[in-house]
Amino acid sequence: MLEQGNIHLPEGSIEKQTTTLNLGPTHPATHGVFQNILEMDGERIIKADSTVGYIHRAFEKLAERRPLNQITTLTDRLNYCSAPLNNMGWHLTCEKLLGVKTPKRVDYLRVIIMELSRISDHLICNSIVGVDTGAYTGFLYVMQYRELVYEIYEEVCGSRLTTNMGRIGGFERNFSDVAFQKIEKFLEEFPKVWKEFENLFNRNRIFIERTVGTGAISAERALNYGFTGPNLRAAGVDYDVRVHSPYSSYEDFDFIIPVGTTGDNNDRFQVRNEEIWQSLSIIRQAYQKVQAFKGTEADVYHADAPEYYLPAKADVYTKMEALIYHFKIVMGETEIPAGEVYQSIEGGNGELGFYLISDGGRTPYRLHFRRPCFIYYQAYSEIVKDTMLSDAIVTLSSLNLIAGEMDA
Amino acid sequence: MSLTHETIKETLVAQFGDKILGWEESYGMLSFTIQHDHNLKALTFLNDHPAMGFQFLTDLTGVHYPDRKGEEIAVVYHLHNLKENVRLRMKLYVPIEKPDVYTATGLFSGANWMERETYDFYGVNFVGHPDLRRVLNVDEMDYFPLRKEFPLEDQTRIDKDDEMFGR
Repeated sequence: MLEQGNIHLPEGSIEKQTTTLNLGPTHPATHGVFQNILEMDGERIIKADSTVGYIHRAFEKLAERRPLNQITTLTDRLNYCSAPLNNMGWHLTCEKLLGVKTPKRVDYLRVIIMELSRISDHLICNSIVGVDTGAYTGFLYVMQYRELVYEIYEEVCGSRLTTNMGRIGGFERNFSDVAFQKIEKFLEEFPKVWKEFENLFNRNRIFIERTVGTGAISAERALNYGFTGPNLRAAGVDYDVRVHSPYSSYEDFDFIIPVGTTGDNNDRFQVRNEEIWQSLSIIRQAYQKVQAFKGTEADVYHADAPEYYLPAKADVYTKMEALIYHFKIVMGETEIPAGEVYQSIEGGNGELGFYLISDGGRTPYRLHFRRPCFIYYQAYSEIVKDTMLSDAIVTLSSLNLIAGEMDA
Repeated sequence: MSLTHETIKETLVAQFGDKILGWEESYGMLSFTIQHDHNLKALTFLNDHPAMGFQFLTDLTGVHYPDRKGEEIAVVYHLHNLKENVRLRMKLYVPIEKPDVYTATGLFSGANWMERETYDFYGVNFVGHPDLRRVLNVDEMDYFPLRKEFPLEDQTRIDKDDEMFGR
């Protein structure tokens, strides 16, 4: 028995006492609806139990009643930091099922949009890692370029965050001159700003000491956990869907896959940084390719798929077929061919897959989203075990977890 | 790319014979159906066999086919050989009264939540799973919402009068 004044405690009980700490679901440091029930020994985490599902909206069930073009709005709300990527992934899935072949110009325009949204996704993630290590300035500084990216979205499709961009077969309208001017502006100004941002962090002792060696996962464990995207590449595996199974003419572009070695927070940060540079290079290449189309070729912005692509309004008023297709598409009365298709794209935080089963009806029989961060978030409790609480916060943000995608 | 669909087919047939119930190739992906109690054997074989090397579990999900009597629930695995860059789909069907499937958590740590999700929505009982709880829905829920007997509301119904939103 241990004597402490008049309190009698069993031997060793003071040393073994742990605290249960409820981190989240709405904690300012978790950047989203994440709950972790932590068992703490002082500031050291002994056990973390992650709870998900706080913003589950049953997208897979909803999709079973919707025609294909109405599902695009659901995909917006998965990873809302890079909504156009999800939209394009969904359109590619539909096109694979329906056998729609998109023209090269559409592919290149899509590549521009997809890489822009990858940049905006990585930009948020990396600047949030900065915020969690105490560097707020970088976050505010680069935010104006996310704003510019959103202005480009706005110019292309009319909305900013949940974009619902494009259609099956292409885009709803051609890119305007303003859109191209804004892309040019972005390509010219953003690299300088991002270079400054990088210098601010890569030569910052506090940042390096906070991130190097924390939140590490080995390549073997990462693969076993189903990691994809920058988090897997940071651990040293060069798997990138854009290279392994090219879609939207990614094979026409020249870029490298950056990989890390240790899979810690700093590696994830560096991999994302480098991917931003690669994305910029891809956008430049795609922009040049798009500019090379002249004459009538420069007006191509969608595939010839009248059954699925909403006809121009002028045609609806004057042509019978266009009127029929207009009504069939708007009312969701187009029968889709039966089949099973899996299509994946390199999303902002990993392999975003769509598994679509159609039984020949008007809506999918079953649609499953392979949401990368739902799959790799399970590793969180293993990664943060026996680390400090403050490091766990940085790990949470450097994994680029998006609650909307996780909970679908 | 040396691993072709034919090689996979031959190797699997040689190992499992009539336990494989069907082959299919849809949109470039090879797919096979295996007897439901052989899923773990097949996954382990595909994982360990040097020529197969399907060591990455991309996706795991369920499907409900109410019309297929005796095999209403399908469990679908998407496997990936990252070295050869070949994808493979494995399916199995279980009766809805007894949806027991062996867990893959021993092979893939990532299967944990994917199986919990499949249990959550379809009620598939993954035998041997370390922590088979609901993951996205509330714990108190007593049904499996993605099964087809729970239809979404018919958008054309007229019996419901809503002052705010018409209808």
